[in-house]
Amino acid sequence: MRNSIRFYLGDRLYDLPDCPPTLTVLDWLREQRGLTGTKEGCNEGDCGACTVMVVRREEGRLVWRALNACIQFVCMLDGAQLFTVEDLRAPDGTLHPVQQAMVEQHGSQCGFCTPGFVMSMVAHRKAPGAVADDGSIDDALAGNLCRCTGYAPIVRAMKQAMQAGADHFDAQAEAIADRLAALEAQADGRGVRLAGPAGRVTIPADSDALAETLLADPQATIVAGATDVGLWVTKGLRDLPHIVAIGRVPDLRTITQDAEGLRIGAAVTYQDARDSIAALLPDAGEIIRRIGSTQVRNAATVCGNIANGSPIGDGPPVFIAAGATLHLRRGAARRTLPLEDYFLSYGKQDRAPGEFVEAVTIPAPGPRTLFRAYKISKRFDQDISALLGAFALTLDADGVVTHARIAFGGMAAIPRRARGAEDALRGRPWNAAALAAARAALDADFAPISDMRASDWYRRTVAANLLTRLFAETAPGAHPPETRLAGRMEAADV
Amino acid sequence: MSDPISAESGPVPARDASGLARGASLPADGPIVAGGASRSLRHESAAMHVSGSATYIDDMPEPKGLLHVVPGLSTRAHARILSMDLDAVRAAPGVVRVLTAADIPGHNQISPVGKNDEPLLAEDLVSYYGQPIFAVVAETRAAARRAARLARIEYEELPAILDIAQARAAGGALVWRALEMTRGDVLAGLAAAPRRLSGQVTMGGQEHFYLEGQAALAQPGEEGEMRVWSSTQHPTETQHMVAHVLDRPSNLVTTEIRRMGGGFGGKESQANTPACLAALAAELTGRAAKMRLDRDDDMVMTGKRHDFVVEYDVGFDDDGRILAVDMVLAARCGWSADLSGPVTDRALFHADNAYYYPDVRLRSEPLKTNTQSNTAYRGFGGPQGIVAAERVIEEVAFATGLDPLDVRLRNVYGTGTRDLTPYHMTVEDSIAAEIMEQLARDCTYRDRRAALRAANRDSPFVRRGIALTPVKFGISFTATHYNQAGALVHVYTDGSVQVNHGGTEMGQGLHTKMVQIAMREFGLASDRVRITATTTGKVPNTSATAASSGADLNGMAVLDAVRRIKDRLIAFAAGHWNVAPDAVRFLPDGVHVGETIVPFPDLTRAAYLARVSMSSSGFYKTPKISWNPDTGRGRPFYYFAYGAACAEVAIDLLTGETRIERVDILHDAGRSLNPAIDIGQIEGAFVQGAGWLTMEELVWDSAGRLRTHAPSTYKIPACSDRPRIFNVALLEAAPNREDTIFRSKAVGEPPFVHGVAVLHAISDALASLDSYRTCPRLDAPATPETILRTAERLRPRAGG
Repeated sequence: MRNSIRFYLGDRLYDLPDCPPTLTVLDWLREQRGLTGTKEGCNEGDCGACTVMVVRREEGRLVWRALNACIQFVCMLDGAQLFTVEDLRAPDGTLHPVQQAMVEQHGSQCGFCTPGFVMSMVAHRKAPGAVADDGSIDDALAGNLCRCTGYAPIVRAMKQAMQAGADHFDAQAEAIADRLAALEAQADGRGVRLAGPAGRVTIPADSDALAETLLADPQATIVAGATDVGLWVTKGLRDLPHIVAIGRVPDLRTITQDAEGLRIGAAVTYQDARDSIAALLPDAGEIIRRIGSTQVRNAATVCGNIANGSPIGDGPPVFIAAGATLHLRRGAARRTLPLEDYFLSYGKQDRAPGEFVEAVTIPAPGPRTLFRAYKISKRFDQDISALLGAFALTLDADGVVTHARIAFGGMAAIPRRARGAEDALRGRPWNAAALAAARAALDADFAPISDMRASDWYRRTVAANLLTRLFAETAPGAHPPETRLAGRMEAADV
Repeated sequence: MSDPISAESGPVPARDASGLARGASLPADGPIVAGGASRSLRHESAAMHVSGSATYIDDMPEPKGLLHVVPGLSTRAHARILSMDLDAVRAAPGVVRVLTAADIPGHNQISPVGKNDEPLLAEDLVSYYGQPIFAVVAETRAAARRAARLARIEYEELPAILDIAQARAAGGALVWRALEMTRGDVLAGLAAAPRRLSGQVTMGGQEHFYLEGQAALAQPGEEGEMRVWSSTQHPTETQHMVAHVLDRPSNLVTTEIRRMGGGFGGKESQANTPACLAALAAELTGRAAKMRLDRDDDMVMTGKRHDFVVEYDVGFDDDGRILAVDMVLAARCGWSADLSGPVTDRALFHADNAYYYPDVRLRSEPLKTNTQSNTAYRGFGGPQGIVAAERVIEEVAFATGLDPLDVRLRNVYGTGTRDLTPYHMTVEDSIAAEIMEQLARDCTYRDRRAALRAANRDSPFVRRGIALTPVKFGISFTATHYNQAGALVHVYTDGSVQVNHGGTEMGQGLHTKMVQIAMREFGLASDRVRITATTTGKVPNTSATAASSGADLNGMAVLDAVRRIKDRLIAFAAGHWNVAPDAVRFLPDGVHVGETIVPFPDLTRAAYLARVSMSSSGFYKTPKISWNPDTGRGRPFYYFAYGAACAEVAIDLLTGETRIERVDILHDAGRSLNPAIDIGQIEGAFVQGAGWLTMEELVWDSAGRLRTHAPSTYKIPACSDRPRIFNVALLEAAPNREDTIFRSKAVGEPPFVHGVAVLHAISDALASLDSYRTCPRLDAPATPETILRTAERLRPRAGG
């Protein structure tokens, strides 16, 4: 058992025996290390000015990730190498190709968001299979806000930088890998436990150790990616005396395909799960693309999004419609339940003290099941949904609906199924009359609230209209040429 | 690697100098040094920006013993403070002192317009939810933030007025005098017009969302000195406010700012609170103190763009000619005057946009409300006036069945005729029609409009629209005395040059342009000219860097200082080398002295030995301008900047979602000082303007609490919201007719208005719902919800 957090900043090793549990990477960099290139713009993971790059060795290769330093705790860096904007210039002072392109393309004006942008851009260059088309660039930069440039010169710079050759990180790849391997070798497989004046940090070695830790201290705060818990600290100023960091617990980081479907472990991030889920349900892949930003998805976990019980979390309604099953564990006791049963009421979930979400299983859709999911928000990228509708319809050979699972987020205090609309469709041919019946029934399914994202009128109206969109995209017969502005897909994937 | 700012890049329109009247700003003859004024040059801080080494206030090395200041904010919109228990705050770990109004040695007053209606800290009354009441001074920022939440304040709630409708219903109290502009007889004009209609347009406010929040660092010196580093667009005002609050003369207070992480008007008056509170903390503790606002506190505390409701009554004929316009422009100003007077004035100055109104009456209503005190924001009321003007155009177009572009062209200001504004200033240089026509040709507006309409017929859910809108924007502060600037230029014996001026750098490239002016005049490469932080210790009595005037005013002041030094060097060189003064010329390859080329450093060394002063201040005041608000007449603007934008959008009729698919902009920057920087300003301004009119929505709850107080709830455009097709061009061969710095035009605010094209393109797409018969009267921001509501209104009823 180790009693310190160990990671590299640049090429220097830090070994912190009294790492405060909720010390953020941003505060540590700026206030303790004097590295002020990384900026605080919002302190809630929305603006990207604090973007840093974290590299880890995974399955024998280096994986580079852009992360928001403001809502990452230092203890979560254990075993990694952290790079900041100060590390980008080559040792001889030459600008990194991304920096050079930003200068040449006039990509900075006030310059405050710029360090975050260049970090996201460098990370994008390092993503496997990264391309320079507008869509991928938009995705890579969705988590970086710029108020000056209108983004056009930054996109030009990204395209230019994608053409440039290797950088000094490539040249150092072996040294980085060796360094990280050495860190791994020092880990004894028994996890980390430390206690300091500000509180405790536990990094369990495996899920059994996690279960034991939570039994012993049911009040401990489980942190996977900290994209939610981080805000409890930076905005809520909450004391969290015991952080149990599960983000790197190996047996929770697995995605497996079995007879029941895709089983996603508690520590699997949205970014890591995205391709597998998209392969199963293309529309769900598009929803995941719009969850947070690259930096957020690099930290946020699928199960964390479920566990915290947000009424507007985008994952849960999608997975409920898909018929997902949740795996919970307390000590040695395991139980499963349909995902929708986990959400009891606002802020209340079916989870006992000491119990934790171990995994979620998303079943593969049957051959005759149509799956669609639509996210509606004021801004397409990196916005919290006003509402989200997810639909799984199974039609028989005659076009009659045999099964219907419809779930919405943003329409109630919890993500919930639209039972009335489902009943209205079941047993009917998927035609205009069925659509009208489902629209009418849906109105009785929910009593949404009005808030800063949308009014109850808008939520009700659009929820019904999403049924119309679903019909336009999936009903037998001809489909209109365009049915949506985002995540447009081939009409013929039915 | 090459020097970060010496390489020339970006588009450089061919320009020739012929046809210019002789004027003070004419450049020296001969070739322009690479990157000199009128050529593209990278931002002077670009390499520092990308390396994280550009220093903002919070990045400065912290003085020993630095304290941190965090405000305690009102949790009522309007209330009397019955009691304030701050014991728990004082007792909290790390707290050194708690500041209240009673601790202020001078005046508890920071109204930027001398109206004495804006206490720094509330005394017995709070006037909005988020008003600073006290401030915690602690050893760490974290300790101060935690302590600030421990206050126990008892309030007696008073009726709160939160918006324009409530303000009017309650009697319409104003924060500033209303302004009326009239020309002709509007009532007779309306009565005589063949056709007439009236309506109302509503547009929301806008949060600046500068990426760097408000920040200030104050350090006490000897005998009452106070140095304040402040993220301010108006160092002189910040200096005066600090002096006022601390009750001491201005000569003891120095304000300095190297750069801001964005401003957009939000750091003009709003920077004063952090600067004054930091200085107050430093004064009372004798230690340096920093106040850097958390984003949520920043958004809750500080003023924003004014939202407006404009009622219009317009008379016109069947050809779409406007004959008379009567408008009332009401603004939510918030709890104090701040800059709402000049903002609402400027809305009136732009309620004609580029159009001639034969009979006109424009009236402002600067309404007092219990919300943040709305303030300067890029355009300063001008965009709101223009949104109203363009709605009137749209109404006339739908009423007459004409293409809105044709209505625009029929009503645009003429030259020599139909050229008098509602404030009785003659428009001498109207080029709006030419710009609109050229842009319409270049982007094939008319063909695309026809094609979109045809395609819409076969698309039940997704509709597209297109619009082409102009901008005419008046350049000068309407407060005439603000139109002055100073500079201070030093030439050192080694031939290196240091430029100081009164303007501030907030990303707009002002410092780069000032460097370029000195480069061009001296024939020096960029690495020989250094800009320094803006400080009241070097250039006093400056105006805010605002009203797009930064380069116009400070550029001329820099030029003046440089020319004074050059005159002395020319006199010296002519005598020293025995040539005529006009044989001394400063060119990129050195100083030409007759047939000899003298390297600049050789000249400066020789001049020093001959005891020639190589330092000079410079000064400039804008000529020709005057404005009398009592008569509503004058020439408030030195000149106008023009441009036009064409936007094409797609909307989803089921959800109200939108995408901006293509934008073309043609903009008039005169003879641009730096085409690359100006194009950057235009691209950025467009996206910011489009954000204002689409997704950016400020929402207050019924208690007056701002619910959109962080980027999680307040959405500015993200990368994917930029138009995928985005063509921006500068108008070529279009030197300013007035004698501005190298015949350039101001470019900060005017292109913000190009976002209006998006609102009208969305409106055009919506109009397809009833076959383009009805003006959609789309209000802003056109969020998905607003668009869907408008669509529901326009959708033909079954059987209707």
